[in-house]
Amino acid sequence: MLKKKDKSISDKHKDSKGFKYYLKRDWQLYVLLLFPLVFAIVFKFLPLFGLSVAFLDYDVVGGFEKASFIGLDAFKEIFGMKDFYIALRNTIVLNGLDLIIGFPAPIILAIFLNEIRNKYFKRITQTVLYLPHFLSWVIIAGIFYQLLSPTTGYINILITRYGGESIPFLTEKWHWLVSYCLIGVWQSMGWGTIIYLAAITGINADLYEAATVDGAGRWRKIWYITLPCIRSTIVVMLIMSLGRILGISFERPYTLDNPLVRDFSDVISTFVYRVGLQSHRYNIATAVGLFQSVVGLIFVFASDKFAKLMGEDGII
Amino acid sequence: MKRSISDILADVFIYLFIGILSLICLIPFIHVLSVSISGNGAVMSNEVFLIPKDLNLDAYKTVLGDSSMMRSLWFSVFITVAFTALGMFLTICGAFALSRKRLKGRRVVGVLFLVTMYFSAGTIPDYILMSALNLINTPAVLILPLAFSAYNLIILRTFMQNSVPQSLEEAAAIDGCNDFIVLVRIVLPLSVPVLATLALFYAVGRWNTFQDALYFITKSPLKPLQLKLYELVNAAGSQASVSQEVGAENMQAEEVLKSACIMFATIPIVIVYPFIQKYFVKGVMIGAVKE
Repeated sequence: MLKKKDKSISDKHKDSKGFKYYLKRDWQLYVLLLFPLVFAIVFKFLPLFGLSVAFLDYDVVGGFEKASFIGLDAFKEIFGMKDFYIALRNTIVLNGLDLIIGFPAPIILAIFLNEIRNKYFKRITQTVLYLPHFLSWVIIAGIFYQLLSPTTGYINILITRYGGESIPFLTEKWHWLVSYCLIGVWQSMGWGTIIYLAAITGINADLYEAATVDGAGRWRKIWYITLPCIRSTIVVMLIMSLGRILGISFERPYTLDNPLVRDFSDVISTFVYRVGLQSHRYNIATAVGLFQSVVGLIFVFASDKFAKLMGEDGII
Repeated sequence: MKRSISDILADVFIYLFIGILSLICLIPFIHVLSVSISGNGAVMSNEVFLIPKDLNLDAYKTVLGDSSMMRSLWFSVFITVAFTALGMFLTICGAFALSRKRLKGRRVVGVLFLVTMYFSAGTIPDYILMSALNLINTPAVLILPLAFSAYNLIILRTFMQNSVPQSLEEAAAIDGCNDFIVLVRIVLPLSVPVLATLALFYAVGRWNTFQDALYFITKSPLKPLQLKLYELVNAAGSQASVSQEVGAENMQAEEVLKSACIMFATIPIVIVYPFIQKYFVKGVMIGAVKE
């Protein structure tokens, strides 16, 4: 996130000695480096060759030997698939909602947490607010399906007991959209405050004192000092979220999914799983994955450029 | 200093706001816990919200008595421990080597590692690789592929570069210590808090992830707890399956049993949570400043 450009002096001198010399001198370090390097190559770079599947009529039985080149057919097919556009739309909609509602939540919470003077209250509430971050999505989905069920869920029992009508929080697609978003806020809001609280801690206390002398109230201090001082953190975090607009986790939509809301819950990651690993259409699923990775990367670079244009540090 | 009324009002508002949000974070949790330890009748007649009624632990007995649940639990513990150990080994090796400024090629390898954070081949290429390596349906598929984490490695490298005094190591080098000894005797002991943080990142991450198990594991004995739980509690059409799956002999309410399953997988995390939380916060702070 915050990154200094370090220009080391050693680069400016041309190597006078060959690599062999360094290998002999630092062989121990190279041995150590070899372990993570092998893992990175095998599990992160080797799969890149698998991307070729997007251009082949690959199937598991025949393997790569029997697969023949089909060019861009897989891409043509996905761009003609209705389901693909739905998944793409849902990905953008769900991430967009997270951006609009999920993004400001930790900022507001951090500012309020910072205003709390009682040490014990602060520590206890922080511990509680961080807790959901440590639960897996399987557990979170299990808890909320139980709590929000239209018939046996306690929230709806309370609603109907007081004369309201049962709300299909997770079983009707528009309600599901809101629930998906709010459950995400529930899970990540507390944890997200850490980065902002750290930024707020860095604000010079003199600023607040001067403002107090000038007669500024609490809200004014928040508006005119706290917010402007954490602006660059906010911008960097915002840009990172924008860069990830096409990247969507698998576990959250997958665990919160159910057949009644498939219209809105099928996103790129679940689409790839369904088409690729369940229906064994490897080239289609790989092509979708490749499309997502490339467009995602463009977004990351573009948002990084944008950040630098705005005078921020950027992320790369 | 006398406080103005508006200031006090602001305080009331803020404390209420934070207090209510904290309750919202806690309530879903307490509800499921209460249901899991209540009597069937009380749950079925919707009498249990936050306070358990007709205290009874039969559901837990059913879960604990189910051999496949217990096997999943121990399997999860095993892969979490193995994964954390391997992950820490790789992270320490890489971070230490890359933190030595004299190492030739550290820049190139550093960039190579960074790239893995921003670009991945995707689900299908991963799957093809795993099947080419014959890792499908083996415990290794849940341990090896994710053990390398560029993010954790960069955190540790930053720490080793900035917080371990260079002079200490120079002194050791003059005394004739080689790099291995410098690492084990000097750098590692000075990095214990960060190492604890990263180990927890690895452990909690492994414990909670079920995506790779869903992709790569189809054999029941090799299913980690989270995947098992997903199949019992979340999967569509599981409405009547929990009691059949865990073989409840005496009639038990579906909800009570589901709650007990959820709690069964949550309690390990909740028990360690208060102790690990501060390390996590520290890790996020270090991660935010990468140089």
